[in-house]
Amino acid sequence: MKEIEELSFPEDVRYTRDHEWAKKLEGSKALVGITDYAQDQLGDIVFVEAPEVGSAFKKGEEFGTLESVKAVAPVYMPLSGKILAVNGALEESPGLVNEAPYTDGWLLEVEAADFSELDGLMDRDAYLEMLKGLES
Amino acid sequence: MRYLPHTSEDISEMLDVVGAAGLEDLFSAIPEDCRRKTGLDLPEPLTEWELNDLMASLASAMAVSPEYKVFVGAGSYEHFIPASVSYLLGRSEFSTAYTPYQPEISQGTLQAIFEYQSYVTSLLGMDVANASMYDGASALAEALLMAVRASKLRKVAVSSLIHPFYRRVARTYLEPAGIEIVELPYLENGRTNLQELNGTGDLAAIAVQSPNFFGIIEDLEAVGNLTRDARTLFIASFTEPLAYGLFKNPGSLGADIACGEGQSFGIPQSYGGPTLGMFACRKQYIRSMPGRLVGKTLDRDGKTGFVLTLSTREQHIRREKATSNICTNSGLCATTAAMYMASLGGTGLRELARLNFDRTGYLKQQLAAANLKIPFASPTFNEFVVEFPEGFEDRRRRLLDEKIVAGLPLAPYYPELDRHCLLCVTETKTKNDLDVLVRKLAG
Repeated sequence: MKEIEELSFPEDVRYTRDHEWAKKLEGSKALVGITDYAQDQLGDIVFVEAPEVGSAFKKGEEFGTLESVKAVAPVYMPLSGKILAVNGALEESPGLVNEAPYTDGWLLEVEAADFSELDGLMDRDAYLEMLKGLES
Repeated sequence: MRYLPHTSEDISEMLDVVGAAGLEDLFSAIPEDCRRKTGLDLPEPLTEWELNDLMASLASAMAVSPEYKVFVGAGSYEHFIPASVSYLLGRSEFSTAYTPYQPEISQGTLQAIFEYQSYVTSLLGMDVANASMYDGASALAEALLMAVRASKLRKVAVSSLIHPFYRRVARTYLEPAGIEIVELPYLENGRTNLQELNGTGDLAAIAVQSPNFFGIIEDLEAVGNLTRDARTLFIASFTEPLAYGLFKNPGSLGADIACGEGQSFGIPQSYGGPTLGMFACRKQYIRSMPGRLVGKTLDRDGKTGFVLTLSTREQHIRREKATSNICTNSGLCATTAAMYMASLGGTGLRELARLNFDRTGYLKQQLAAANLKIPFASPTFNEFVVEFPEGFEDRRRRLLDEKIVAGLPLAPYYPELDRHCLLCVTETKTKNDLDVLVRKLAG
């Protein structure tokens, strides 16, 4: 596993304590994925169990699971909303979550119910601080 | 894998490490009222010769071949076991191996299971088979639960011509979980009535057994057509896999899951067990599949090796969200079935199935010629139903004194089928055996 300094944490997303991120897109759309730290902890991801398009989840609800060669991890909604799309590329290439967790390895496109929920999530600095607390 | 029991020194050393005064301390988390306070009420120990006497007297209470001519199948079948199977199975590499908990050091065990899985997929026409389950009944129950998971629907349709015990086991598994079971009645021709299904809308699965409990080959293709573009999974259950040596396999007729009993393949009947749950499915459902799964791969030097794979479905990793609470398999029985299938080969299975089919057809024909009624007209494999005239039960009991077990009365399972019996004929019965049976039944 990598040192926190070697991992990347962009400024334009918001972070959860469970290591998901959410990013505001145009209109009421948001993109959801897991952080570089989460993918590094899980190791090679071999399967992504995604929810059905059209289903709705509340913030904090489990929407699917990520399977690595050694573990299965549930993933939780960083914000409430309806699933508009799931990343179909992950069916064939789940490793995209490892290679590019903030871009090609995204998990969900969501129609956000309330963007103000993002205010309750962490920015880059707060998330980094939390990670350092976990590591020490 | 060796079995190494703990010595009392081992035990006290381990108790010291965890800081427990005695073994009882380890169970202190279990509430008092859930714990047994008295010892088990077991009989006194026996000497080896007394035990042999006891086992012999228990065994003599049964009517078994070759002393008796047994014409009963109904889920457990008398087939000849080739000497190759008995010999190979006696080898300690196979007979002492247990389900692999530290799997990759047991390459031989894994290879045997992998070969078993390969034969099962080829027999049933499916993409993937697991390392086996307890028996045909629990395999069906697991298949129904799997269909509920895969479809996210909570109602299943189960043919009333699935083995009555299998249906009871399925109810035990499903009903406490709040999953609704609809039983499909049967038609006059002895096949499952699919007409009243009214579409597949809210059904997680349609489960049908072929050959069914009346020995009849079901119209699996019709079920396949119903479920093809639906969320509903088609589960093909079976008690006699030898039939697929002759008849089209479930995979080629659209089944999503094929599961059943593998006892026919080299496993003695042994008063009902141990048995072998065969379980196979289409690849798209692999992550919903229960049970262990052995895969073939290459190690870092490029050499072939075997591993337990997709373990993330199982409870040691996924805990309460595992696909099943089964984390074992019927290892020795699965190995036996693999040896049996390898001994016979595809051609051998076909010829043996043909022999069962022909002998059964002969008995059916002779009984009909003797004016006994064959109530269901559909084609059968090695079992069929006969309707006997009044007073038959006395005759059947008298035949028992002559060491002939003339079929299984169906009334306890199907009350409407009074005086109906299920007869089974395998390769172990000669033409003379059949002629004698006809004479005694018709005379």
